[in-house]
Amino acid sequence: MNERVQPANARTRLYVVMAMLGLASSALVVRAVDLQVVRKGFYQEQGDARYLRDLDIPVSRGTIFDRNGEPLAVSTPVESIWASPMALLEHADRIPELATAAGLDEDALKQKLMAYSDKEFVYLKRHLNPDDAQVILKLDIPGVAGQREFRRYYPSGEVIGHVLGFTNIDDAGQEGLELAFDQWLAGEKGIKRVIRDRLGHEVENVELVREAKPGKDLTISIDRRIQYLAYRELKAALTEHHASSGSMVILDVPTGEILAMVNQPSFNPNARGNVDPSYRRNRAATDVVEPGSTMKAFTISAALESGKWKAHTPVDTSPGSLTLAGGWTTHDVHNKGLIDVTGVITYSSNVGAAKIALTMTRDHMYDVFHRFGFGEVTGCGFPGESPGNLPIAKSWGPVEQATIAYGYGLSVTPLQLAQGYAALANEGRLRSPTFVRGAQSPDRAVIDPQIAASLKTMLETVVHPPGGGIKASITNYRVAGKTGTSRTAVGGGYQKKYVSLFAGMVPASQPRLVGVVVIHDPQGAFYGALVAAPVFGKVMEGALRLLDVSPDDVQNWYTATPDPARTLQPARQAPDGATAEPDFAEGVPE
Amino acid sequence: MIWRVLALSVLLLATLVTAIGVVYARQQSRIAFVELTRLGNERDDLNFEFGRLQLEQATWAENNRVEQIARGKLGMVSPSSSETIVVKR
Repeated sequence: MNERVQPANARTRLYVVMAMLGLASSALVVRAVDLQVVRKGFYQEQGDARYLRDLDIPVSRGTIFDRNGEPLAVSTPVESIWASPMALLEHADRIPELATAAGLDEDALKQKLMAYSDKEFVYLKRHLNPDDAQVILKLDIPGVAGQREFRRYYPSGEVIGHVLGFTNIDDAGQEGLELAFDQWLAGEKGIKRVIRDRLGHEVENVELVREAKPGKDLTISIDRRIQYLAYRELKAALTEHHASSGSMVILDVPTGEILAMVNQPSFNPNARGNVDPSYRRNRAATDVVEPGSTMKAFTISAALESGKWKAHTPVDTSPGSLTLAGGWTTHDVHNKGLIDVTGVITYSSNVGAAKIALTMTRDHMYDVFHRFGFGEVTGCGFPGESPGNLPIAKSWGPVEQATIAYGYGLSVTPLQLAQGYAALANEGRLRSPTFVRGAQSPDRAVIDPQIAASLKTMLETVVHPPGGGIKASITNYRVAGKTGTSRTAVGGGYQKKYVSLFAGMVPASQPRLVGVVVIHDPQGAFYGALVAAPVFGKVMEGALRLLDVSPDDVQNWYTATPDPARTLQPARQAPDGATAEPDFAEGVPE
Repeated sequence: MIWRVLALSVLLLATLVTAIGVVYARQQSRIAFVELTRLGNERDDLNFEFGRLQLEQATWAENNRVEQIARGKLGMVSPSSSETIVVKR
């Protein structure tokens, strides 16, 4: 029996062993399939996460050039030092060495590392000179590495700070053109996948996930030389008159390009930190003023367009004041008696402007002002640009209509005023100003070319005696422009603070440049003719020379043919010697 | 039968060749990538150098500095309008 059972027993055992072996191997297969096929994605990811890293490839921000190719904002590489607190704390004995090399306080550094001890990345020092960074990196402290970043430099500093704006520490545009053109300038960071060891050293480049697109360069319309000139003269005028702030804008008439835009007070965009935010405002585009008498050019444009008035239609301004229903009165500084429409501009008569305005419908006046771009942003794209304030015609009573005629009760930015005068200079065609060289926007007709031409003639009388703007005149060039003085408006009334303005165009025969000067709160003399007009004259004289604009009012041509009999006549008296009689030229309300 | 064996060995061979091809191509792409990175870095370095030089030039040529040296050190003046004669051609 036993002998018979044993073989059967042996066979059973064999089956059992085989079954167990079979089960074991199929268990292995199942496990292998599970790992390799079913859950492959998960494990792959976990594995990669331990050594594969997607790293940013930093790109440099595009350079900003002025219209002649001079660099105004350049990014250059700097090195930032970062640490992995986890890795660094394992080697705490080297922290003092690191602190000394990086010039950091040892205790503060330790506290910082402890605070971020569960993190893998913390900046130790940013924006170091690459050579200084190498000194730290050469110590080869575990968990400390360098990262290339970019810092922006502005070689022209405060002269053009308002226009360019600035970037933050991460090289993103914060204000001005840096903000407006941020996408264009910034480019796109690339991403590369690398294998990194535990200490953060790159072992191998695996692939390029996304190619880096460096930022594109930008050529703006500003001319650095004219910008500097305007800045210098404006600053000098502010110092001379102890004024609180000021702006100047210069436009290129044929293209609408902004050649210069300066403001005071200014700031240095290279130094980040605690600057009074009001210093950073580009007042020429963001701040509004009441344009005062400079607005009369547009009132008279409307009057000529209405057909009721011609350049020499007489206006009786005696007795030098005008009282409307409701007891409201405006004054001229001097009673000029019977003058013509041109005289209203020449002598800047408030009474004349108000009388003329009251013969027009308010809708027509509003329409003309609106066409000249008042009450709307200019479209130059500057961040935070103000549209000014032109009240809708429906809200105008006779008093409002009369005051708006001489520039009170509405507010404009210096840039808008320049745009309006540029339209008069450009044969009645308005073109939005632009900050980009060669990016002129299409123009549109806003007033009849003949009206624009006769306005130009009227504005020329301002700069010659007996006009008040004599200080704006430039030897050898014809100048057309208008002075203005207004009181600073504060909630519901006017302060004893003044704004001096001058808006003008040169050379008057075929205007190339339009300039607007606005100076706030000058002490002592406050008339536009004495404060703002000289700045216009000095800056424009230099700008015309820099741009090689031929003179159109030369008294003594020097002919190339030698003529021994010819004697050199002294050139026409320079503006320095001229006297201005501003007292009648500005209508400042009491 | 002979065709089958033939087809099979051709396919086998093709698989082998492409397998080696893949390895080769991958190696080549790594080499090319390393070269690309090197050249890219070189280009960047040159660009940075150029940017620094531009910056340096702009700083030296800063209008304010030029004016101060011209007026202060060299005693230069800009001619006033009355001293200017316009030459007509």
